Amino acid sequence: MADVTTTPGGSTTSGSIQVAGVPGEFAAQPADARNEAIASYDVADFPVPHGREENWRFTPLHRLKGLHDGSAEATSGAIKVDVTAPEGVLVTAVERDDARVGAAGKPVDRVAAQAFSSFGMAGLVSIPKDAQLTEPVRITIHGQGGVAYGHQVIEVGAFAEAVVVIEHTGDAVLAANVEYLIGDGAKLTVVSVQDWEDTAVHVAQHTALVGRDATFKSVVVTFGGDVVRLHPRVIYGGTGGEAELYGLYFADAGQHLEHRLFVDHDTPHCRSNVAYKGALQGQDAHAVWVGDVLIRAEAEGTDTYELNRNLLLTDGARVDSIPNLEIETGEIVGAGHASATGRFDDEQLFYLQSRGIPADEARRLVVRGFFAELVQQIGLPELQERLIEKIDAELEASVGAGAA
Amino acid sequence: MATLEIRDLHVSVEAENGPREILKGVDLVVKQGETHAIMGPNGSGKSTLAYSLAGHPKYTITSGAVLLDGEDVLAMTVDERARAGVFLAMQYPVEVPGVSVSNFLRTSATAIRGEAPKLRTWVKEVKEAMAGLQMDPAFAERNVNEGFSGGEKKRHEILQMELLKPKIAILDETDSGLDVDALRVVSEGVNRVRETGEVGTLLITHYTRILRYIKPDFVHVFAGGKIVASGGPELADQLEENGYEQYVKGGAAE
Ligand SMILES: Nc1ncnc2c1ncn2[C@@H]1O[C@H](COP(=O)(O)OP(=O)(O)OP(=O)(O)O)[C@@H](O)[C@H]1O
Ligand SMILES: [Mg+2]
Repeated sequence: MADVTTTPGGSTTSGSIQVAGVPGEFAAQPADARNEAIASYDVADFPVPHGREENWRFTPLHRLKGLHDGSAEATSGAIKVDVTAPEGVLVTAVERDDARVGAAGKPVDRVAAQAFSSFGMAGLVSIPKDAQLTEPVRITIHGQGGVAYGHQVIEVGAFAEAVVVIEHTGDAVLAANVEYLIGDGAKLTVVSVQDWEDTAVHVAQHTALVGRDATFKSVVVTFGGDVVRLHPRVIYGGTGGEAELYGLYFADAGQHLEHRLFVDHDTPHCRSNVAYKGALQGQDAHAVWVGDVLIRAEAEGTDTYELNRNLLLTDGARVDSIPNLEIETGEIVGAGHASATGRFDDEQLFYLQSRGIPADEARRLVVRGFFAELVQQIGLPELQERLIEKIDAELEASVGAGAA
Repeated sequence: MATLEIRDLHVSVEAENGPREILKGVDLVVKQGETHAIMGPNGSGKSTLAYSLAGHPKYTITSGAVLLDGEDVLAMTVDERARAGVFLAMQYPVEVPGVSVSNFLRTSATAIRGEAPKLRTWVKEVKEAMAGLQMDPAFAERNVNEGFSGGEKKRHEILQMELLKPKIAILDETDSGLDVDALRVVSEGVNRVRETGEVGTLLITHYTRILRYIKPDFVHVFAGGKIVASGGPELADQLEENGYEQYVKGGAAE
């Protein structure tokens, strides 16, 4: 019941369990929350995927431009990275032997390992202990054509508070690892925007190591790119950690946007909340959302919830939405998941139009409302407006009468 | 003075085994300020008439004409018809997830009026209209029709009629699913708009009870896809007593 594949009609699943006692239904679940059996810094430890593998089965490998089979060689000047940061923040490049590089966790798939094996220097943004940043750190990654392998470490010292905005634009074939090292009691908010041109390919693993009583909030916004496959992972380094993972995506005709999340509750008394929402329109628009949450035997007092909702604006689009909750202890506060895919139907369009609202605007109204709910939930007033603007711009550009 | 003219309207729907004609020549003229009740048995084509006037894509007009002040309504898109002044209160209003009632009403009023209503007066206007229909203000923040009861949906339809002030309002079985109190409240809402004298009303109903609250000037019996009898309010009393039987036999002959 924790597994839904929607092609392409409507479906809904939900489930939740509260407190003690492992219900039988979960005991019967497959152990595929831990499907990434291999974790290694070395690409040679991963066989070349062929598409049958559980974690590659939705990805169009032939469109990865060779990121997965070793044939994509880095070209110079493929991406231009600019970082602006408030005073006191260390922005630099470090060698791969720096202790922080790879500290959050190992790559868990072939492309992430390829990126780790192939990058030159790693970018480091280090926010000192106790710092309270009043301005966000901005990292802009602009694709200028070609292949790049990247590595970025964002380190937040104990009790520091920071917002980091990472923006991807232009065209590139990029494989990368991003690591968030969040110190005890620190608060990090990261907004990663994938606003690529239609030809870009972007595969990345984002690994967050959440310290004791630390808070990690991630907002992933994916609009552009031919293929985007992101793998946000959360690991807790101490008790009392909190992770909120939010995502918005909009897949147009032909786009493949894949978000695979993994929250590893291996530490007691941590919380996680996942909410991803996507809209799709046009022939062969494809969204994949996989939400794996594992509550290990030692993680008593865990509280987790994950949600994925999709809105199909037209025929021909496809969603695969797979929430996957695996629970090894009954001593938890709560665990639940929900996944629903609905269509924007002609009756809704007719109803809005019959109130004088032109068709384009009616569609935009529905999609904006769908996303706005989530944006409000993110609760960052200063980013809220920019996010809504981004959504509006995307809708303005893509949701029109031609979509009908 | 706004006038809606329906001339020899024929409408089909796509059925399993090809197109099926539902409306078989409807003739009707509705003028601003008038109220016409259209009464007919289930399946006679009343909703088909309502949806065809509003422009629902499911219905194909095979012949005939619909004119609003001489303008060809059938050539207009659904939203153009609404902006021209045609309003349909639906028998089964549609849920629109993610869109709040307040946002919906404002977007719609902006489209119909041609400019965004001034925020302060608008808020007051909506509040008063909701109060008049005994709708909890909390509905403004809910999603359009989502989880509304049948009666709440109907109030919401009439709320829109009050705010959008159409020239021609088509009310498709607004009375069905309402208890006596709700029927009175909703009828009062309709009457507030009627009393302005600015609206021509096409009141579609199966039962006569709503006519106790909303007094029609004309009553038409609808059967077998067309109007088979017309008269004054006394025709409704006659229907109340004798039912549709005599018309169904004669009118539905195919
Ligand atoms: N897609 C369709 N295929 C075949 N017949 C259809 C289709 N859609 C509607 N009809 C038929 O058209 C006829 C008229 O339907 P309509 O909804 O207009 O009736 P009505 O008078 O509004 O009935 P009620 O009083 O029950 O609301 C009905 O017999 C209905 O079954
Ligand atoms: Mg009907």
